[in-house]
Amino acid sequence: MADYQTHEHDVIVIGAGGAGLRAAIEASASGVSVGLVCKSLLGKAHTVMAEGGIAAALANVDDRDNWKVHFADTMRGGQYVNNWRMAQLHAQEAPARVRELEAWGAVFDRTPDGKILQRNFGGHKYPRLAHVGDRTGLELIRTLQDHGIHQGISVYMERTVVRLLKDGDRISGALAYDRERGRWTVFKAKAIILATGGIGKAYKITSNSWEYTGDGHTLAYDVGAELIDMEFVQFHPTGMVWPPSVRGILVTEGVRGEGGVLRNKEGKRFMFGDIPENYKPQTAADEEEGFRYVLGDKEARRPPELLTRDHVARCIVREVKEGRGSPHGGVFLELQTFAEWFGKKSKGFNAAEHWKKKLPSMYHQFKELGGLDLTKESMEVGPTTHYMMGGVRVDSDSQMSRIPGLFACGECAAGINGANRLGGNSLSDLLVLGKRAGEYAAQYAKANPATTIHTEQVDSAAKWALAPFDRTSDENPFKIQADLQDMMQDLVGIVRKEDEMQRALEGLEKLKARAAKVQVTGNREYNPGWHTALDLHNLLTVSEGITIGAILRKESRGAQFRDDYPKKDNAKFGKVNSIIAKGPDGKMQIRLEEIPAMPQELKDAVMAEAGGVLPDELK
Amino acid sequence: MATVTFRVSRGDATKTEFKDYTAETGEGMVVLDALHQIQATQAPDLACRWNCKAGKCGSCSAEINGVPKLMCMTRLDDLPTDAPIIVEPMQAFPKVKDLVTDVSWNYEVKKKIKKFKPRKPDNADGTWKMMQEDADRPQEFRKCIECFLCQDVCHVLRDHHKHDEFIGPRFFVYTAALEMNPLDTEDRISDLKNRDGIGYCNITKCCTKVCPEHITITDNAIIPLKERVVDEFYDPVLKLIQLVFRPRKKESEA
Repeated sequence: MADYQTHEHDVIVIGAGGAGLRAAIEASASGVSVGLVCKSLLGKAHTVMAEGGIAAALANVDDRDNWKVHFADTMRGGQYVNNWRMAQLHAQEAPARVRELEAWGAVFDRTPDGKILQRNFGGHKYPRLAHVGDRTGLELIRTLQDHGIHQGISVYMERTVVRLLKDGDRISGALAYDRERGRWTVFKAKAIILATGGIGKAYKITSNSWEYTGDGHTLAYDVGAELIDMEFVQFHPTGMVWPPSVRGILVTEGVRGEGGVLRNKEGKRFMFGDIPENYKPQTAADEEEGFRYVLGDKEARRPPELLTRDHVARCIVREVKEGRGSPHGGVFLELQTFAEWFGKKSKGFNAAEHWKKKLPSMYHQFKELGGLDLTKESMEVGPTTHYMMGGVRVDSDSQMSRIPGLFACGECAAGINGANRLGGNSLSDLLVLGKRAGEYAAQYAKANPATTIHTEQVDSAAKWALAPFDRTSDENPFKIQADLQDMMQDLVGIVRKEDEMQRALEGLEKLKARAAKVQVTGNREYNPGWHTALDLHNLLTVSEGITIGAILRKESRGAQFRDDYPKKDNAKFGKVNSIIAKGPDGKMQIRLEEIPAMPQELKDAVMAEAGGVLPDELK
Repeated sequence: MATVTFRVSRGDATKTEFKDYTAETGEGMVVLDALHQIQATQAPDLACRWNCKAGKCGSCSAEINGVPKLMCMTRLDDLPTDAPIIVEPMQAFPKVKDLVTDVSWNYEVKKKIKKFKPRKPDNADGTWKMMQEDADRPQEFRKCIECFLCQDVCHVLRDHHKHDEFIGPRFFVYTAALEMNPLDTEDRISDLKNRDGIGYCNITKCCTKVCPEHITITDNAIIPLKERVVDEFYDPVLKLIQLVFRPRKKESEA
């Protein structure tokens, strides 16, 4: 019998990034008791790393913008395998969620007439991202945190959930350890909201921190929920590549949104040479037009650097592979061309001051970690594992999974982004769908009786989690994690092939066997070795999901690029999602499922932005 | 590649000792990289907090050769490597284990500060008009990543342990961000004087020096707040007027 304390709430939220905080605030405002459990200290979640902005059709900068255009942009970016209902709700409700942040104390950058300023970003037709310099995520999380602490939410910091508990079919609670002492806590609840973020730590080069080990994905999967779209992992085109210690750290898309240009070692602006057919009507014909777009000229179209992330990342990989990369295996990103062009038009333009004001945190990051001044020198950038489009399958309106009482929102849930997420749509997704998860979880908690905790579930989970202390083997958790990251990077990365992924599946079996023998030393108090050992189960689970999803989808779409199937195959894969669930034998099973037909109103919105033509996927 | 010795504080609240570890260094490496290397190869139970590894989350605060710093932003090539690099936890907070301290006091302090209270929206759609010049001031303070290095270095907390009477630089910055938000209508001035101990600050600017976000804590946040306290409580002319009219700060402005 495990020794544990119990905390009981109507709703437990696991994860305190933007989605978890927004869900907790909403649930609490609905009058139920809410516990917020987070792996780190409050306010440190990866939302702080979101730099560019929050996408919402406020139409403050360009009055032609509205939810239908945002919806169409999101669907096009996701290559039409998105959950269209989520994309609709997201586009419709994002403006209200942004305005609400201002009422809670956020201080956004302003337009000359005193409204919330919006900036350009990849895949968005109009300047749409509400932002604060390049530290928007920090503003968002701090605003929610500072609002949330006055709402009567109980916050449990530095607690990691290792298992969800069930009472019959329903969710009933979660078992967590605290980092400080390694003691067990049972969180008893009527409803649980997962908001644990991503899976970036399955890869070697990533913009994600140690926390992003696919916890929510795996917790949900282990209790019978379905995962969807797991093959779609977003590699952000611009991470730092040098020096080695910062490889993978994000360089915001805002750099390109503010006029940044990508060049190969020959100095060629290679993005002009590869513009996909369906984006040609929206892309600038030449440098001059692209720069005018950056300045807000409504007649101009966007520069090719602002094509979607999947495409830009692949172009960079191609340049590097074909020998035209920068010295450390990336390409160059520079602001000088724009500055020179703008300087000619606008006397008294001070490039150094301009960039420090527009991109303060990037300036700081390159100055201190990369030892270079981005106002004067070119940056070296390359793709980095950034965001998981795939995740827990949930109802579009309520965010509830197929397990009664189990909700998910934010990055660990899936549907809204389809095959590729547009920059800026994550922060708005957190707010819109986070709020919905909180609202519906509270509703569910009010409508349903209390649950019972079954101690045998607690005992078996605790026993499993403590086993690594009792083993003697030479399997070091850090080594297993590093080997997994190397393998996923090499075999299931940006460019994928059948035989390599089959090898990855074999590799995963070997790594699972090693993880089953992992040993940790020391005691349970704040022991990173132990924490890493427990995270392995989650990383291995999501890695398997990514791999089998990528094998099944024999086509290239959005973030999934198959070297052996380099084209889109709309007939076979244009109308389906991959669905993963645990089979009766405990093994992972995958199937394809048809996407429901889109209502006419939404088809019209898509067509209006696609030259009057309905994309094949929607026919 | 060179080998560098790190002298790391190990242990918990009851017992602390320094242990030496070596790490192989490479170009651009920061102290946090070295600690990760030590964790992976020599001391898997070495406790330290970290998240973003890019100076944006404020988790990996520690004292490096006696100076409060973020471990992720401290490059080894900026440190002398002929002697061991000493890494200790922040001293102003109780030790949990190794480099991890109990910073929960900060979270309790923040809860006591009156929350943001905006004036009525200017527009029918619930939005406000705010000019960038007016946003600039609070935006500087809102860059704060809550690393608590300013709290760590402040002698009122570090040496005099006035945690019960003094909220520390971080929360003066927080209060300044609220007070200088053009939409805010709350009054926190008497709290600053009576509860938050702003008078204890004797503007030595140690906090400003260690701030990894380069917020001018003393000049832009603390001194203006001190001035507001003086204006409200110690200005003899105002005192007289207040006796007659009793105007409240923000209402009279609004």
